[in-house]
Amino acid sequence: MIAARRATDTLIILLAIVLAWQGLHQVVGTTALPGPVPTLAYLAKFVPTARFAENAWATLVCFFYALILSYAIGLALGVWMGIHRLSGAVGEPILISLYTLPKITLYPVVLLIFGLSVSGRVTFGAMHGVLPVAILTMNAIRNIPPVYLKAARTLHLSRSQTIFTVLLPATLPEVVAGLRIGFTLTLLGVLLAEMFAAKHGMGFLIINAMQLLQTEEMITVAVVLFAFAAAANALLLWGEHHLHRRV
Amino acid sequence: MSRVGLLRLVVIAIAVGLLELACRTGLIDHRVVIPPSEMADALVRLLISGEANDQIARTFGIVLAAVLIAVVLGFAFGVVIHALPRLRQALEPFFATYYAVPIFIFYPVMIAIFGLSVVPILLMGVATAIVAMIIATLNGLDRIPRVLGKVARVHRMGALSTALLLKLPAAAPHLFTGVKLAVSYGFIAVIASEFILAPAGLGRVISDAYSDFNNPRMYALMLLLVVVATVVNMLLHVFDQRWAERRGIGKP
Repeated sequence: MIAARRATDTLIILLAIVLAWQGLHQVVGTTALPGPVPTLAYLAKFVPTARFAENAWATLVCFFYALILSYAIGLALGVWMGIHRLSGAVGEPILISLYTLPKITLYPVVLLIFGLSVSGRVTFGAMHGVLPVAILTMNAIRNIPPVYLKAARTLHLSRSQTIFTVLLPATLPEVVAGLRIGFTLTLLGVLLAEMFAAKHGMGFLIINAMQLLQTEEMITVAVVLFAFAAAANALLLWGEHHLHRRV
Repeated sequence: MSRVGLLRLVVIAIAVGLLELACRTGLIDHRVVIPPSEMADALVRLLISGEANDQIARTFGIVLAAVLIAVVLGFAFGVVIHALPRLRQALEPFFATYYAVPIFIFYPVMIAIFGLSVVPILLMGVATAIVAMIIATLNGLDRIPRVLGKVARVHRMGALSTALLLKLPAAAPHLFTGVKLAVSYGFIAVIASEFILAPAGLGRVISDAYSDFNNPRMYALMLLLVVVATVVNMLLHVFDQRWAERRGIGKP
C-alpha cells in the first residue's frame, strides 16, 4: 500500500518533469528544444537504424575495455592499500585529490600519447573509473571489524578459508558500491572523450547533432544514455542492498 | 609534519623526478610531455606576462558563481524538501540516480537552448553541484539531535532563534560536506564544459593550445588547474575533517 503510494508519487514527479520539458519547448521553440512527443517518435525511428547501432557499438566496446581496466586496476590498488596500512595512509590523500581533479584537462595528454584511437578513449575512461573502485575497496578492507579476524583465528581457518568465508563477504557490499560508482564514472569518461575528439560513438553523435542543429537526434541520444545509465545503476544498487541485508 | 606526510611528499617528489628524468633523457618525446620544470617555468612566464589572466579570472569567476548559486539554492531546496516527507520519499529515486547518469551530456542541449555563452556553462556547474548540496542539507537536518528542540522549548526560544542558534550549528558539519562536494563538482563541470565547447575560458585555452601544438602553454595551464584544484580541495578536506571530528562524527 505504502509502496504503491510511493511509486505513484515518483511517477507524478516524472510526469512533472515531462510537462516542464513540454513547457520549456513552448517557450524556446522547436529548433532549440523539440517537445517530448516528437522526440519519442524520433527515438522509435532512429534506434533501429544502422547508424545508431554502429555508434552505440563503438561506445560499448570502448566502455567495456575501460570498465575491465578500471575494475582490475582499481581492485588491485584498493586491496593492496587496504591490507598494507602504510601504503594506504600515504596514498589515500593522493587518490582523493586525483578523484576531485577535473580529469578532462588531462585528456590532451592522453591524446598526445595514444593519438585519436580506441586505446586513448579506453585509457581516459579507465582514468575516471579506477579511483572510486580503489578508494572504496581500500575503505572496505580497513573497516573490517577486528573481531571477524579473531573469530577466524579461533576457528583455525586456513588462509584461503579466511579470505573466502570471512574477508570477501564482509567487504563485498562496499566493494560493490565502488564498482557501481566506477561504472558510472567510466561511462562518463568514455563519453567525454568521444565528445571532445572522436569520429564514432554516442558522445560524437551528440556533438555532431548539435553542430548540425539536429536537436531531436541530440536529445534522443541523451535520453538513450540516460536510460542505460539509470537502469545499470538501479541493477547494481539492487545488488548492493541485497548484499547489505545478507551481511 | 608526520612521518606519513613526509613519506607522501617523497613519493610525489620521486614521481615528478622520474617524469623529469624520462623527459630529459628523451625516453618520453618532447612533443608528447614536456619536463615538469619547463611546465612550471612556462606557467610563471604566462602569469607574469598576464596574457591568460582574463581567461583565468573568467573561469574561476564562473566556478565561484556556480558554487554560490548551488549552495544557496541547494540549501533552500533541502530545507523545503525536508519539511515535506512525502515529496522527499518520491524524490528519493531521483537522488539515487542523479549522479549515476552522465548529466553532462545535456550540455549540448543547454547550448542549443541558451546559445554559446556563459549561461550554459554556469547552468552545468549549478546542475552538477546543487544535488550534492540538497542531499547534504537533508542529511544535516536529519541529524539534528531531538534534545535541541527540548532545549529550545525550555528556554522559550522563538522559531528563528532556534533555527539560527541551535539547528544551524548542529547541521553545519554536514552542510559543509555539501559545500565541499559542490566546489569540486562545480569546478569539474565548468572546466569540462569549457573544454568541450565554449567561447572563452581556461578549458577553451587549453583545448586551443592542444590544437595548435602549443605544448608549453597547454602544460602550463594544466599545471595551474591541477595545483589550484588540489590546493582548494585539500583545504576543504582538512577543514571538513577537523569540523567533523569536533562534532564527533568524523573518523578518528
